[in-house]
Amino acid sequence: MRYLPLSEPNRRDMLAAIGVGKIEDLFRDLPAGPLASARFDLPKSASEIEVERALSAMAARNLDCTKAPAFLGAGNYRHHTPASLDYLIQRGEFLTAYTPYQPEISQGTLQAIFEFQSQVALITGMEVANASMYDGATACAEAVAMAARVTKRSAAIMSGQVHPHYRDVTTTAMKFLDVDVECLAPDPYEIEDLIGRVHSELACVVVQTPGFFGRLKDYSTLADVCHEAGVLLVVCVTEPVALGLITPPGHQGADIVVGEGQSLAGPMSFGGPGVGLFATREKFLRQMPGRLAGETTDEEGRRGWVLTLSTREQHIRREKATSNICTNSGLIALAFTIHMTLLGEAGFTKLATLNHARAVQLAERLERVPGVRLLPSSFFNEFTIELPKPAMGVVEDLAKRGILGGVPVSRFYPSYPELADLLMVAATETNTEADMDALATALKEVL
Amino acid sequence: MSAHMKADTTSGNRGLAIEQLLIFEQDTKGATGVDLPDVPKVRERLGGMKNAAPIGLPGMSEPEVVRHYTRLSQRNYSIDTGFYPLGSCTMKHNPRLNEKMARLPGFAEIHPFQPLSTVQGALELIDTTARWLKELTGMAAVAMSPAAGAHGELCGLMCIRAAHEAAGNGARKIVLVPESAHGTNPATAALCGYTVEAVPATADGHVDLDALKLKLGPHIAAVMITNPNTCGLFEKDAIAIAEAVHGVGAYFYMDGANYNAIVGRLKIADLGVDAMHINLHKTFSTPHGGGGPGAGPTVLSAKLAPFAPVPQVIKVGEKFDALEHAQSPRAPTAFGRMKGYHGQFGVFVRALAYMMAMGGDGLRQASGDAVLNANYVMARLSKDLTPAFAGPCMHECVFDDGFLKGTGVSTLDFAKALIDEGFHPPTMYFPLVVHGALLIEPTETESKASLDQFITTVLALAAKAKTGTAADDFHAAPLFTPRRRLDETKAARKPILRWKPVAPDRDGNGASASRQAAE
Repeated sequence: MRYLPLSEPNRRDMLAAIGVGKIEDLFRDLPAGPLASARFDLPKSASEIEVERALSAMAARNLDCTKAPAFLGAGNYRHHTPASLDYLIQRGEFLTAYTPYQPEISQGTLQAIFEFQSQVALITGMEVANASMYDGATACAEAVAMAARVTKRSAAIMSGQVHPHYRDVTTTAMKFLDVDVECLAPDPYEIEDLIGRVHSELACVVVQTPGFFGRLKDYSTLADVCHEAGVLLVVCVTEPVALGLITPPGHQGADIVVGEGQSLAGPMSFGGPGVGLFATREKFLRQMPGRLAGETTDEEGRRGWVLTLSTREQHIRREKATSNICTNSGLIALAFTIHMTLLGEAGFTKLATLNHARAVQLAERLERVPGVRLLPSSFFNEFTIELPKPAMGVVEDLAKRGILGGVPVSRFYPSYPELADLLMVAATETNTEADMDALATALKEVL
Repeated sequence: MSAHMKADTTSGNRGLAIEQLLIFEQDTKGATGVDLPDVPKVRERLGGMKNAAPIGLPGMSEPEVVRHYTRLSQRNYSIDTGFYPLGSCTMKHNPRLNEKMARLPGFAEIHPFQPLSTVQGALELIDTTARWLKELTGMAAVAMSPAAGAHGELCGLMCIRAAHEAAGNGARKIVLVPESAHGTNPATAALCGYTVEAVPATADGHVDLDALKLKLGPHIAAVMITNPNTCGLFEKDAIAIAEAVHGVGAYFYMDGANYNAIVGRLKIADLGVDAMHINLHKTFSTPHGGGGPGAGPTVLSAKLAPFAPVPQVIKVGEKFDALEHAQSPRAPTAFGRMKGYHGQFGVFVRALAYMMAMGGDGLRQASGDAVLNANYVMARLSKDLTPAFAGPCMHECVFDDGFLKGTGVSTLDFAKALIDEGFHPPTMYFPLVVHGALLIEPTETESKASLDQFITTVLALAAKAKTGTAADDFHAAPLFTPRRRLDETKAARKPILRWKPVAPDRDGNGASASRQAAE
């Protein structure tokens, strides 16, 4: 077996050095019954060609977005990533290292984390950011838990413009922590009044920008009202490319900003792995979850980096830790950082501007399709449209025509029949005008 | 070599060890490494939310960025470049085939909310991975979505809590965790609203079964036991523990962090386990990536299976389907959702590529070789170091710092000296129950030659320490790394966690707080 270096003579020599006759003798602490009875109905080892053949056949049973014009978003976006990005993250020194526990031989990872933290803080408009969480949804749950610790309160409100998976994951995570999470009704028609719901028993209000259904909104007033009541404002960002064009949440008064970095980090990969972004104000630093890289000096006085403030973490604090997180999403955070560095200020703002322009072009085409109504008053690169019939059937019909036309809202809210006709449509720099024309034409046909 | 060696080059570089500024210090205003198509002119629809202020990101060209990260990578130790015996982390070889498979457009370029009819291959991949894990463990079900080991622990405990509540046993609020457990165990129990009580270990490194039994009762919700445990030993009493735990109506959570030692040997279902997470980034060779992403699918007994979180992949006739909503008609007792979308799909692709490559026979040989390698290291080192427990060990062996007593050399010093010798140190000071622990996990992907080189080095260092005159050399290590020992106290006392621009000085020179600290 190509992954196993020991030869039979090696094994014999090593067993002799240990003083046992066979490998099985080393397993003598395992209970005899289960050892004897175990039968594994599994295939035998396979060559590289055979594995490739089997998995390629499985991959071929998917209609992937390189083969079909695709307009899917809802928290997971297809962007082009530069060729150098995938090359760099596959360098073995990044790919096959672990958490930088030994800083002297992990300065590469640590400096990259420090740069990541700096970039996330800058684009969110916040003061500090951590080294990443699993994904946007779990980062959101961690934010609500942190708000409860900071305020010593046990109730949270989540807007109907927050991604439903973020709501579900947060509700699940808080279930046994005695934090009462109220999820407001989904809000595609922008009728929700959050300001009227703020009260002094709340730990936090959770909103999203751009909203799940597309809308862009200024949260400054909400932030002021929250702060007067001692409530934290948590802002989710599921499409960080937007931060190249819109006012960052930190400048609107956010106390914690969480988000999903996938759209800038790499392929959609069916939704995972992603990378959770987590940023906050410096005054809440000690309540922040997750790993942090910090600057220091070595014995020769040279600048270097270490993991720091670990007294917040599980390996020191055990049951009193701010989170149980250990492994996070290092490599995807690295990919995010490399892409941000490649883009730079000029590239990042242009990418965002291009995305918005593509979405406007798409909106103009779809608004002309009879029976289609565009809902959000403003948007970045994704918006919701109302169709004259259920969206679930429409996307199936579009798929038969080789177009991945969007995400039906009913995929998330099957128990809200009044949302059945709503379709979320996204455009990025990967969509051409020809793709958009194809969608508009096909939509006319299937409606 | 002087212990106080200074950089004596003009640039500060030392041959191949090249200094690298932060990206913020390499900024060329307006530069970019990405050329994009022209932006079409449109009427903006941003609702007045357009940002007017600059963000502050640095600009660099593609060659500068490629060089920057290539140089950073060269300041890392990795499995590709050397032996990485970091105990309880299973740093085994990461096959590149896994990477190639995860990058097939049919896996990489699919969206989580495409119509399910267009992603049958992806659902099949999840289902196939799940079937391997169930067959290997003998368990009834597996929750695929947890993102890492600690996340899988939480999944298991949430299933347990949901099961207790469904049975009207919600008053059970205590989880028993051995003293030797990893910190995530008690942290996870706390996140599930449970209070943690410690179970002592016996002198030979096992859970004290009698002490455990004394603590059991109708108030206990679950017992979490890492097996093989963090002392590198299989819990011989696992079946008796399971029986005792079940006897009081509690559940047995087995932490599968060390599953690599027993994969393909026995089915953990036969031990009476109710739930166990599996770190795909350990046992199933997916890369650790400098700290993730991993995946922690959690196998469940028939009693806990109904409470598994969504999403779940099911097969209806010849078609695959996904259950995406908890407490809905098709998943009425699912306790909720732990993660967005369909879990760590890209990690599943890599793990399945590995499982298919290894096969049932290869996985069994892998655990055999992993345990053989650890016992070989233990046997060769035991005379000169002080093993914390009698062998045989499982896939890792632990030494205490007894052999360093009176030498003035600590476990930390010893580890740093190993760095100068070209090795990643073992896990240090863990498990906590072993004084000054060095926890060595070679994994099955190291050759005998590689182990012999490590053993020779450790023995030489031990002999050097025991001379009693080498403490200064050990304190000075490492010498040959991009950085010498770093001041962690300083980092924590006045945290600098990001680059910040500072106002230009009176000569008009801008500099970062970060840069100044370096000068």
